[in-house]
Amino acid sequence: MADIAERERAGKARAAPTVEGGALGWLRRNLFSSWGNALTTVVLLGFVVWIGIWFVDWAIVHATFEAANGPECGKGQGACWALIGEKYRYIFFGSFPYEQHWRPLFACIAMLAMLLLSCDRRMWNWRLLVIWTVGSFVTFLLMFGELRFPLTLFFLVGLVAGGIGWGMRAGIASPREIAIHKALTIVGGIGLALRIVGVIPAWGLEINAFSYVETGLWGGLPVTLILATYGLVFAFPYGILLALGRRSNLPLVKGLCVGFIELIRGVPLISLLIMASVMLPLFLPTGSNIDKFLRALVAVILFAGAYIAEIIRGGLQSLPRGQFEAADAMGLNYLQKTSLIILPQALRVVIPPLINTFIGFFKDTSLVLIIGIFDFLNTANQALVDPNWAGFPGEVYIFAAAIYFVFCYSMSRYSKYLEVELNKGTRR
Amino acid sequence: MAVDTIGSLPQTRVAPWNNPVIRGWVFQIVVVGLVGGLAWYLVSNTMANLEKAKIATGFDFLGREAGFEIGDTMIEYSPASTYARAIWVGILNTLRVAVIGIILTTILGTLIGIGRLSPNWLLAKICEWYVEIFRNVPLLLWLFLFYKLVSEAFPGPRQAIRMLGDSVFLSNRGLYFPIPVADPVHKWIGAGFLLGIVGAWALHRWAKARQAATGQQFPSILAGLGLIIVVPFLVWLIGGAPAKMSWPELKGFNFQGGLVIQPEFTALLVGLTLYTAAFVAEIVRSGILALHKGQSEAAAAIGLSRGQAMRLVLLPQALRVIVPPMTSVFLNITKNSSLAIAIGYPDLVASINVTINQTGQAIENILIIMAAYLTVSLSISAFMNWYNKQIAMKER
Repeated sequence: MADIAERERAGKARAAPTVEGGALGWLRRNLFSSWGNALTTVVLLGFVVWIGIWFVDWAIVHATFEAANGPECGKGQGACWALIGEKYRYIFFGSFPYEQHWRPLFACIAMLAMLLLSCDRRMWNWRLLVIWTVGSFVTFLLMFGELRFPLTLFFLVGLVAGGIGWGMRAGIASPREIAIHKALTIVGGIGLALRIVGVIPAWGLEINAFSYVETGLWGGLPVTLILATYGLVFAFPYGILLALGRRSNLPLVKGLCVGFIELIRGVPLISLLIMASVMLPLFLPTGSNIDKFLRALVAVILFAGAYIAEIIRGGLQSLPRGQFEAADAMGLNYLQKTSLIILPQALRVVIPPLINTFIGFFKDTSLVLIIGIFDFLNTANQALVDPNWAGFPGEVYIFAAAIYFVFCYSMSRYSKYLEVELNKGTRR
Repeated sequence: MAVDTIGSLPQTRVAPWNNPVIRGWVFQIVVVGLVGGLAWYLVSNTMANLEKAKIATGFDFLGREAGFEIGDTMIEYSPASTYARAIWVGILNTLRVAVIGIILTTILGTLIGIGRLSPNWLLAKICEWYVEIFRNVPLLLWLFLFYKLVSEAFPGPRQAIRMLGDSVFLSNRGLYFPIPVADPVHKWIGAGFLLGIVGAWALHRWAKARQAATGQQFPSILAGLGLIIVVPFLVWLIGGAPAKMSWPELKGFNFQGGLVIQPEFTALLVGLTLYTAAFVAEIVRSGILALHKGQSEAAAAIGLSRGQAMRLVLLPQALRVIVPPMTSVFLNITKNSSLAIAIGYPDLVASINVTINQTGQAIENILIIMAAYLTVSLSISAFMNWYNKQIAMKER
């Protein structure tokens, strides 16, 4: 104080404040702004360096990258990455026939390409349908080796697509288009009825490209990808229906949907998986056998649907009432109101949380190992069982964790980016 | 006038198929009919299948002898106990890990969430990477990793790590430490403990009221902690200070006596806590960020330290944003504790799974699981909703 007063008396200007720019300024501001802060920095730095040195020493300096078996690998005192080199094909593809491993590899590539293309907003139109149809066809053809499309499926697709088109375009489209939708609906409906009665035999389109591989032999990354992706894809329309039902004015429909959603959300996924694995066979007619993989998929779909429904309900609730009323005022029917006015706006809001749900399910599919399905985590776990390579669980788990991390982290980044991107229009 | 016009409009007759009320009911009847039909189809199939497989129905099995061993029990249990008892043991184990997990997760998650907002760059970065690493890898993988670490990295019982002069033993069979032998005085010590808590709460209320009235502060938290410790200690002294302890001793292949924290429990608790804390941290961080910047600036302006500002100004307000999503995190901890089955901790799902395998009565058992989890979930929701009302903004 006295110093300043003295300087002012002497007519000298006060010294400018210390420059807070540059690396030194950054250090001072962010790491050493006070004594307590400096102490925290020093302690944390010591901790980080200690862990870092230990890890580098274990994972690189003393690690063994090539070894014939476990005991030889253990001599190195460090990590045994040779185990990963030995087992990575099993970890990625499970018990799929060894010489055919290119098939799950390309199936994974097809699914990743499909997912990556879906991230591009320019594809968010009819292209998405094409991408998913082609991608799914390639994936399952590679995984199964042969596919069979029963006639019933075509009738069903015709009935549903025609019916939705009919309802959605009524009073909007040209009479010719409506006639096409009507024809599709009627042909599909009659065909399905005749098929159920048994007039039309069980014809089907068969494609035999490779040798057949049953789902019991599937394993590793493709299983995780298929369960998470298709679990969510099938759960999506049914989640929309549940969400719409929950917001409905009809008390019985609303009650059913609320009860179902709350029941599913109140119990853990494991209990649903156990239920699917022991109870689904009981539910179906005596003698019918349902694939274990399909059982797990059904459980994942049931579970995901309830969670998706709650997210979509959030989107529906965020819409102002005026949107519903305006649609009513224009004389749109329920299907038109929902599909043309409400859902496009509601779904746009919920895309980022939906991606977060997908991340959650990508991780949660690891639970299927409890009912004996060989997903990525389970194959990693099985790789540890080999007595020749016993005693290196850390390496395998770190490897598996790294793969999961790459998937989940990139998806969460994408979700963050999309959140900003989609809100550009509403933020000022 | 307008009302008159509307009221005097001629009643137009609407065809019944265009009447929204009738349409609504028809639609509902169709939906309920379809759902009911599906249910009837499934139930009739199930009945036929059960009859064919000669599987009994009903809950009679609960009274029969379970015949399986459970490694970690909080209440007395032996293979001769009933299935009902085995399931009850499982429920208690689930509750134990869920309750301890919820408490630890809340503390750790809050610390990390605040750490991410620290002005110290290094601390903020470390907390950020903690969150990213833990929430982007499946919980089940963490559980396996921690379980393998506990069960393989620690030595066997004979080479156990001895601590505190051979009273605490750490081995791959768990952490063994001495406990006092059961004594009637313990009941009174427990009562003293409860009394201490009640006293501390009353003291805190009084201190708050006095501060509001006079501005004088009273170190109520320290004094309260003192009460909680001193009262049971006094009761113990009055009760004759029973000091007989049960010490863990190596007998054969494992330790006998003392209290043990099993490796399965440790792995589950650690995995669950570290994983879920990452989610809590994000909730706490966004809750604090949702506050207006003026709040922290005003707190600094009236001379509060960063810690005081956080504790007295920011966190109480952020709680309003934080509590609703925390409810679902707590529910997730409870539900995720069912992953215990993968590493062999005997929780509810594990007990039920063995029971299903032994009795074949899947439906009844799955009903029990669902009822148990729904009860716990609904209780947690109800409590959190009540708490949310307590902290909600009271507008006058």
